Amino acid sequence: MTVGAPPNSATCPVCLGFPGTLPVLNREAVALAMRLALAVGATVHEDSRFARKNYFYPDLPKGYQISQYDRPFATGGGIEIDTPSGPKKIRLVRIHIEEDAGRLLHENPFDDVPPSLSLVDWNRAGVPLVEIVSEPDLRAPEEAAAYLTELRRLLRYTGASDADMEKGNLRCDANVSVRPTEDAPYGTRAEIKNLNSIRFVAKALEYEVGRQADLLSRGERIVQETRLWDVARGRTVLMRSKEEAHDYRYFPEPDLGALVVDRAWIEETARSLPELPRARRSRLISQYGISPGDAETLVSARELADYFEEVARSAPARAAAAWVTGEVLRWMRERKVSPEDALSFPVSPERLTGLLAILEAGKISASSAKEVFAVMLDSSGDAAAIVEERGLGRISDASALDVVVSDVVRENPSQVALYRSGKTQTFAWFVGQVMKRTGGRADPLSVREALTRALA
Amino acid sequence: MATADEVRSRRRSAEDTLADALTRVEAVDGRVGAFLEVTPDLAFQEARAADARVAAGEDLPLAGVPFAIKDNMWIAGREATCASRILRGFHPPADATAVSRLRRAGAVFVGRANMDEFAMGSSTENSSAQLTRNPHDLERIPGGSSGGSAAAVASGMVPAALGSDTGGSIRQPAACCGVVGFKPTYGRVSRYGLVAFASSLDQIGPLTRSVADAARVYRVVAGPDPLDSTTAGEDPADPESAAGRGVRGMRVGFLVEAEAEGLDDEVARNLGEARRLFESAGARVTPVSVPRAPEAIAIYYVVASAEASSNLARYDSVRYGPRPSCRDLASLYVESRTLGFGPEVKRRILLGTFALAAGYYEAYYGRAMRARAVLSHDFASAFEQVDVIVCPSIPTPAFKIGEKTEDPLTMYLSDIFTVPASLAGLPAITVPSGFSKAGLPLGLQILGPRFGEEPVFAAAGAFEREIALPDETPRGVRT
Repeated sequence: MTVGAPPNSATCPVCLGFPGTLPVLNREAVALAMRLALAVGATVHEDSRFARKNYFYPDLPKGYQISQYDRPFATGGGIEIDTPSGPKKIRLVRIHIEEDAGRLLHENPFDDVPPSLSLVDWNRAGVPLVEIVSEPDLRAPEEAAAYLTELRRLLRYTGASDADMEKGNLRCDANVSVRPTEDAPYGTRAEIKNLNSIRFVAKALEYEVGRQADLLSRGERIVQETRLWDVARGRTVLMRSKEEAHDYRYFPEPDLGALVVDRAWIEETARSLPELPRARRSRLISQYGISPGDAETLVSARELADYFEEVARSAPARAAAAWVTGEVLRWMRERKVSPEDALSFPVSPERLTGLLAILEAGKISASSAKEVFAVMLDSSGDAAAIVEERGLGRISDASALDVVVSDVVRENPSQVALYRSGKTQTFAWFVGQVMKRTGGRADPLSVREALTRALA
Repeated sequence: MATADEVRSRRRSAEDTLADALTRVEAVDGRVGAFLEVTPDLAFQEARAADARVAAGEDLPLAGVPFAIKDNMWIAGREATCASRILRGFHPPADATAVSRLRRAGAVFVGRANMDEFAMGSSTENSSAQLTRNPHDLERIPGGSSGGSAAAVASGMVPAALGSDTGGSIRQPAACCGVVGFKPTYGRVSRYGLVAFASSLDQIGPLTRSVADAARVYRVVAGPDPLDSTTAGEDPADPESAAGRGVRGMRVGFLVEAEAEGLDDEVARNLGEARRLFESAGARVTPVSVPRAPEAIAIYYVVASAEASSNLARYDSVRYGPRPSCRDLASLYVESRTLGFGPEVKRRILLGTFALAAGYYEAYYGRAMRARAVLSHDFASAFEQVDVIVCPSIPTPAFKIGEKTEDPLTMYLSDIFTVPASLAGLPAITVPSGFSKAGLPLGLQILGPRFGEEPVFAAAGAFEREIALPDETPRGVRT
């Protein structure tokens, strides 16, 4: 891949469309497109065709884009999302394979190039991509965001893409129209471009719905047009109207033959797909008895759920879920480790399992466990050794606890008087004092027993 | 191939062979104008490399053979301009696959041959650089678009050349200049490094002075290439042996549609002579019909122009080519293309753009593609009855320079006999078949079924032996 490489350092005569060059289809691109198509339940066509989409633009090296038109790679399928009124399937029209264009740099970063000049970076040109077209089934900006989130998760689960919107590896054009009532025909739509985060998609749609509703309420008409999301001003602006729309003059790409994939390849790909996020979420809930909230968090990345299941093999599932969605994720964020890299996180599932075993056995308190976890991040020692080394084991010696309890009682006569006068809610304050002095290592139950005796 | 065999057997060095070729170029190309550029320094390097490899014991099928290469193919170290202003200064990054295969076989590249701009034309008059003249009559066109390649071979400057054929661009000039020109089955020869005109039709092939030489060059350049997804079939088996095999018992079909009314008298007589020669060589001569053949020109100008309009969109002067100074993006496009392309190229781009436009696609491009499929089917049926199909290569001998430049439609009809094989992707060869009364060459065309190069070479070789034309230097280039 070419993301992040210096401009024009990752290109070649074919990608630059040099006269005399010819395209060749990338087999890996077909394999990845097939994984995605099968994951969303689309029908992969054994015979699909490439076509040329002709238009002039300085970032388009050949003056046409190799795409698919009347015979796309896959059709149908859908993506399920959660909405306040329950799960909803967003149907897909098609998935087709095409090549990317280059990228224009309008604000060029070079001191020796006049600012009035736009530059072209060709690194992306010729890189294969898939375009996924959905049916008009989305009814709210939040649904669009949920759809994109789920799509992104599927792209990552299937390994089809890292789907990083900031890097442009997942891009979205959103079409939106409004209508007076649910059963009225669709209104005229506008297409919004330049949406490089899911948050912007939702914001742009919200703005655009408002703009169109305003126009209609003032008795004006919506015109079909392409609009750009202006991030700085938080609004959509006109890019081109329908009259300026291209006639792409599609025709079959003569340089590439039919894309023929055999049944066996499709079946083998289907068999090799991982368990998909929503199915996995259901299974985690039923198999481990964890909360839907934790399950959703765990399946946000396949590797994070793998991490959890590895821990849950030999540790109690709910504790495992609590730790993975709590401490593990917190530290991942802190250390800038993405959930997709969970399996290379410094505290491996095996080491976390060791820590949870000590915790469950009552050998350390919950707060000590967090301390041990923090130490484990930067050392290779196992949890037991760290507990030993740092003296974080639980105070289980009753006489040692009694000393602390009697100290607390002796040093706080007024609180004791208050408690004994009937303000029993101050008991928690005493517990807190004892825990503080023992560094959280005392067993809460033993503390309560000792305090009850001492305050009686 | 005599030149190669002399160098292979070390009777003569590649370097001496090249020196002789350059002497001949020096002597006659001022009159002919076949070469856009001669590159002696690079060619001598190549000749010395071939000599060294022969000395090291390598068996090179084209050892030291000096080639002219049509200016729409990549030769490492030389420009490739398609005889167009818009590609002036374009240096390709490597050899075209076909050129690289010639190089591997020991060939030497004398220079870049003139052509109609972007291979669009039938007279080489559409070159932005210069005229090329017919070595048989310097007042006449050499045919086109591979006119430079044909004239260079015909006038004895080089024994072989590469041309490209989209609707007849190898066969028509070869016939006009009295040499052999062969267009292989579409998909036989890699198009990688051939600047595209119409991708579903373009095919590289040899122009030579004998059928056996064409077979040798074809054998070297043909075969699948991972860089061109449209290459197909296997490496050719042994076309040179096929050329010597003879036609006894072979079913040779004469195309009925070619002999319809309006056929030039001299061409008709020439065809009749060819029929007698095939019969005396032992072939079973029969008439054969390809009913849609007369529609080929109409189909061709829609399909080829449509593909060209897209293939030539890349010439926007953003990445290469002369960049006019201009105010904004639209004027960059308009000015670079207005200045860079000649009138015929513009005409085809406009035609093709129109044929693909929304609302016209079905009426033009869609319909043409369906008719093309029917034509291919017609040919497939015909080849159930015959092994090869014979028809003239050109409807008239070479016309005078300037005679048809004002009348593009008449010019387009120059390809009437060559376009059908192009549309159906068939192998087709033109073999010199004698001269008109005015002393201008005529050509006989032989078509085979897809990937049926061997019967084509067999029939062509037999015809060449039967007619036994004397090996004379064309009168325009006698020294």
